[in-house]
Amino acid sequence: MKTSFLASLLLSTALGLSAPGLAAAQDKIVKIGALSDQSGLYSDLGGPGSTLAAQMAVEDSGLGAKGWKIEVISGDHQNKPDVGTAIARQWFDVDKVDIIVDVPNSGVALAVNNVVKEKNGVYINSGAATSDLTNAQCSPNTVHWTYDTYMLAHSTGQALVKSGGDTWFFLTADYAFGAALERDTTAVILANGGKVVGSVKHPLNTSDFSSFLLQAQSSKAKVIGLANAGGDTTNSIKQAAEFGIVGGGQKLAALLLFITDVKAIGLDIAQGLNFTETFYWDLNDQTRAFSKKFAARMKNGAPPTMVQAGVYAGLTHYFKALEALGGNPHDGVKVVEKMKSIPTDDPLFGKGEIEPNGRTIHSAYLFEVKKPSESKAPWDFYRLVGTVPGDQAFTPLSESKCALLKK
Amino acid sequence: MQALYAQLLVGLINGSFYALLSLGLAVIFGMLNIINFAHGALYMMGAFCAYFLLNIAGIGYWPALIVAPILVGIFGMILERTMLQWLAGLDHLYGLLLTFGMALIIQGVFQNYFGSSGLPYAIPDQLKGGMNLGFMFLPIYRGWVVVFSLIVCIGTWYLIERTRLGANLRAATENPTLVRAFGINVPRMITLTYGLGVGLAALAGVLSAPINQVRPLMGADLIIVVFAVVVIGGMGSIMGSIITGFALGVIEGLTKYFYPEASNTVVFVLMVLVLLVKPSGLTGRTT
Repeated sequence: MKTSFLASLLLSTALGLSAPGLAAAQDKIVKIGALSDQSGLYSDLGGPGSTLAAQMAVEDSGLGAKGWKIEVISGDHQNKPDVGTAIARQWFDVDKVDIIVDVPNSGVALAVNNVVKEKNGVYINSGAATSDLTNAQCSPNTVHWTYDTYMLAHSTGQALVKSGGDTWFFLTADYAFGAALERDTTAVILANGGKVVGSVKHPLNTSDFSSFLLQAQSSKAKVIGLANAGGDTTNSIKQAAEFGIVGGGQKLAALLLFITDVKAIGLDIAQGLNFTETFYWDLNDQTRAFSKKFAARMKNGAPPTMVQAGVYAGLTHYFKALEALGGNPHDGVKVVEKMKSIPTDDPLFGKGEIEPNGRTIHSAYLFEVKKPSESKAPWDFYRLVGTVPGDQAFTPLSESKCALLKK
Repeated sequence: MQALYAQLLVGLINGSFYALLSLGLAVIFGMLNIINFAHGALYMMGAFCAYFLLNIAGIGYWPALIVAPILVGIFGMILERTMLQWLAGLDHLYGLLLTFGMALIIQGVFQNYFGSSGLPYAIPDQLKGGMNLGFMFLPIYRGWVVVFSLIVCIGTWYLIERTRLGANLRAATENPTLVRAFGINVPRMITLTYGLGVGLAALAGVLSAPINQVRPLMGADLIIVVFAVVVIGGMGSIMGSIITGFALGVIEGLTKYFYPEASNTVVFVLMVLVLLVKPSGLTGRTT
């Protein structure tokens, strides 16, 4: 009994040792983990839609026909960093996940960033906003797609200051994201000769903003900057209308607004808002074609948000790197280096590149919400006001504090 | 100082939602001994019901104030008849777990079809706009919410504490067998009471639809605070929960002004303090 056990142990060890050698030649197995808020306030902008986007990227890549076995699994981080890192660790250690995508909520995103680096996986973040992911806390395993707080501050923020909104009051979500967005926007306001007269930090997922809005109102600032997202932003905007804030001459700056938020607010109240996104379903034929396919598979028929589009585009680019490598996709740093060496080009974000700090560069668009009378179809919400070219939208490398740049 | 008045008033507005919801909870707990964790989900259903009435049947806000609570109330009575009544006489925990499970299922179903960001519901035309009170701009709709919920709260209190029907009801909770001996249909009365509590939740849902988004999770976010209100006020005490509801709204409003970061914890800090000093709640009877 004892000897047979020993023998089998030895045998399996021997097999186990030889296995990597065998696999190195033709290992074409990839597991993708879509980690998101699946049921809370950010689940419409990421969530199940991001998982769908990942699946569509796999289907459209054509890698299945070339002998690759690619699987997508999803997890719910519940907007809690500890839950997010626990799932990420389990995925790497037990489920052999190679790449984590999406991860909205900057607090969770930064925590997961460390886990991915430690486990040498690949991290394509599309959902989180904090510019720290490619700045102070950059990692050789991380690519940040879609948007960040620097970009939002420099497009929406700058446009508003230049059009006369030189005094600001912030309504800030009280966690990493809100702090980063307020910090980056404040820098832009000061650089353009404006002034921040006050700010108030509200807990994440607040339903009543009237107290905070009253404080903003009495501050007499010309612009009320909403450094929050998802349900917090929709409630702020809706209740600001109720308290006559816009009618009283103050302007609302929705620094981060998604198409699902506009739908939730309704055009009646949202009309005229200026904000920035890097993707809109109605930009061109390619975005329309993808969005039609996507919406047909969503339960509520919604087109992709920019976060979900970013998941698709990021994975599309990742697959290009895998094809170039030919196999064995388990060394995260190596894969990300490959991704950085290939220029990005996908149907949703167009041509661009990934900078050495992990930041993906692509155009950003300044939109205005249409009047109800101008909206001709469901989800026909935006009018394009301006385009910011990629090289102006994101942090210049000279300003980046990323340690990867000092090599 | 002016800002402070404004915050007090805003607190009162939020307090009216707490009061309406905790009132329903108190009625259900006081009369049925059920800790109704599905209350938040039923509140959400009230808001969705108003949304459907408007967008599918073309029924506006005013009729919805009556129709939605009745429809959701009937749904509640079906729940009571088919599930909750079998738990009568068992430990509170069973009712709590059952209603909590129901809440998760109801919210899950709505979230599956409507997502999490919610749907817009406009303020009725008659209540649009606001008045300038000197120290703040008061949206007329919010003023209406305070007045209306005060009327409903006092009406419910009167019904239960001062009428014959209420007396029967209280007697039935105390000693169902004896009350039955007087020829009163106790199970039917219990079902109707649950319907009333649920209807109150749905009414609060309709009231909040124009202010907040009509979201599947709108109740889940609120219910924990409302439970704290009920615990502070004293489980099952009708007047206690009304007063505590309004008072906590004001205290929360003040916290939002002085130390906003703590605004979603202050209610629980108070709950801990009250439980330490007076475990049966501020107005609760020790039984």
